[in-house]
Amino acid sequence: MLPEPTFNSYLMLSAVLFSIGTAGVFLRRNLITILLSVEVMLNAVNLTFVAADRYYGSVDGQIVVFFVMTVAAAEAAVGLAIIISLFRHRESLSPDAFTSLKW
Amino acid sequence: MPFGITPELIAQITVIVVIFHALLISAAVLVYMERKVAAFAQQRYGPYLVGPRGLLQPIADIVKLLFKEELRPRAADTALFYVAPILCATAAFAAFAVIPVGADTTLFGLLDRPIHLAVADVNVGLLVIFAITSMGVYGIVLAGWSSNSKYSLLGGLRSSAQMISYELSYGLSFAAVIMLAGSLSLREIVGHQEGYWFGVIPQWYIFLQPVGFLIFLIAGVAETNRAPFDFPEAEQELVAGYHTEYSSMSFALFFLAEYVNMVTVSAVATDLFLGGWHGPILNSLGLGWVWFVIKLFAILFFYIWMRWTLPRYRYDQLMEFGWKWLLPIAVINLLVTAGVVVYFGPRFGW
Amino acid sequence: MDALYFWILATITVVASVLVVGQRNPMHSVVLLIVSFCALSGLYVLLGAQFVAAIQIIIYAGAIMVLFLFVVMLLNVPTEDPPTGYHARLFGGAGPRRVGAVLSLLFVVQLAWALRQIQGAPLPSRAVQPSSDVETIGLKLFTDYAFAFEATSVLILVAMVGAIVLAKKEKA
Repeated sequence: MLPEPTFNSYLMLSAVLFSIGTAGVFLRRNLITILLSVEVMLNAVNLTFVAADRYYGSVDGQIVVFFVMTVAAAEAAVGLAIIISLFRHRESLSPDAFTSLKW
Repeated sequence: MPFGITPELIAQITVIVVIFHALLISAAVLVYMERKVAAFAQQRYGPYLVGPRGLLQPIADIVKLLFKEELRPRAADTALFYVAPILCATAAFAAFAVIPVGADTTLFGLLDRPIHLAVADVNVGLLVIFAITSMGVYGIVLAGWSSNSKYSLLGGLRSSAQMISYELSYGLSFAAVIMLAGSLSLREIVGHQEGYWFGVIPQWYIFLQPVGFLIFLIAGVAETNRAPFDFPEAEQELVAGYHTEYSSMSFALFFLAEYVNMVTVSAVATDLFLGGWHGPILNSLGLGWVWFVIKLFAILFFYIWMRWTLPRYRYDQLMEFGWKWLLPIAVINLLVTAGVVVYFGPRFGW
Repeated sequence: MDALYFWILATITVVASVLVVGQRNPMHSVVLLIVSFCALSGLYVLLGAQFVAAIQIIIYAGAIMVLFLFVVMLLNVPTEDPPTGYHARLFGGAGPRRVGAVLSLLFVVQLAWALRQIQGAPLPSRAVQPSSDVETIGLKLFTDYAFAFEATSVLILVAMVGAIVLAKKEKA
């Protein structure tokens, strides 16, 4: 039937998700989508932690995941506040509109 | 029996099917109950033409809703427009999955091992309920946005802001109960509420946590967008809020979601504070779920009674109340409970 | 049975993430990311971490994404125009897109090579796990990781104040 998932399969899945997130950050021209891709990357890391937790039989990874989520929440809040003030200034959400160093 | 189909499996599946249909029927019963209670509160008869004493009125309503035309504004975002009511209704039903309605039963001796009278007994049950309630916000937000209309957008934003604000007090009020019970599983919390003090007063958590119960009820009313916190749906202000542009089955799904949400909040309140299925005679006969249903409908009656008695809060008063009053009271309640558990705990064996 | 759940959930996660990165409309991206988070939560349950699964839905899908949704709705974010001319061709024209695409590809190749080196190790069965229920996590969180916990709460406070200050309208 289907092969049983091993530790390796979870790591591969996490790697795939991380590279999708990276590709999103590099290739998208919309600030919000870039921020969403960063969230995808953070989730990939969370998955690695939880899978490693299961493999090594401890709960420390889950506690780290707890902290990662909290930090991600704080970062999303501040990032979105920055995006709001940038949008108010230039009426555009493309990173190309913010290329000059003068405000 | 083939394929490992045991009598317990069949009994469990029957329980799941029964609970699902009971939820649907309770939504219909609530429609009738609301109109009748509203009518008696306003000194008039409610529906009395359709069926004896108007009992078939909900069926007439449902048939009418089914036959209406399904409209969609042209500028609406198609995918999200159709997903929103589905999401609302699904979240409402899914939250009921971890709520136990009765004691473990062997169905009067028919089975070898007792089964749980719940769809699923998860050991982090309360967290699951909280999680799925947070997902319910999305149905409303997406409905407001995808309708592409002013009233819907404002109603959707206000409603979702209200829901996420009151979710905090909701969670803190049951954090205090978790501290008392020492478990996140609803079955175990009800298990701790067995027995009587001094032989007379039942050991329900409402007596240990009166403030917590009040906070939970108020936050629950705000979560389900019911009066007096129903500003986002107020007819006088916003036409119909986030479900203005919906008709026929989609509207019926929102309607259903609101009533099932009410039932879920009442069921959680019953399990956490009112002792669930514990009661004088019926529990020993294996009919504890009858007590559960009685308590559930008592809280639902209270909900409906509040709607037709109290005036509506204005939106800024609503938000101010949630953040400046309810949240600090909930936090203080939690701290006091924690102090009492630590101080008196060893004496009472907590 | 576990294998079937794993492959279904993994497929949903990957497909949803690819669509998040590929969608033009930011609203659809946010909704697809919520789907991806729910699938990830299912994967956490498969790995026996129920607490993390529950807080993934509560915090990520229930709070952070609502934040994103509000910002997208209130800013009325325009859907991104398809890139024209200079930026259009992925590997063709010079410029940031080509560099970005090449870097992503290099990264994928590197990860794939690195993971090929690990032999497939089976996961220990669930019975062998220390109970990773909420009580264990809570005990560790408040004893071994107490400092990190307090530091995180200060961080959240700072982020809250910062977000309010940054997003405030200038008094005209």
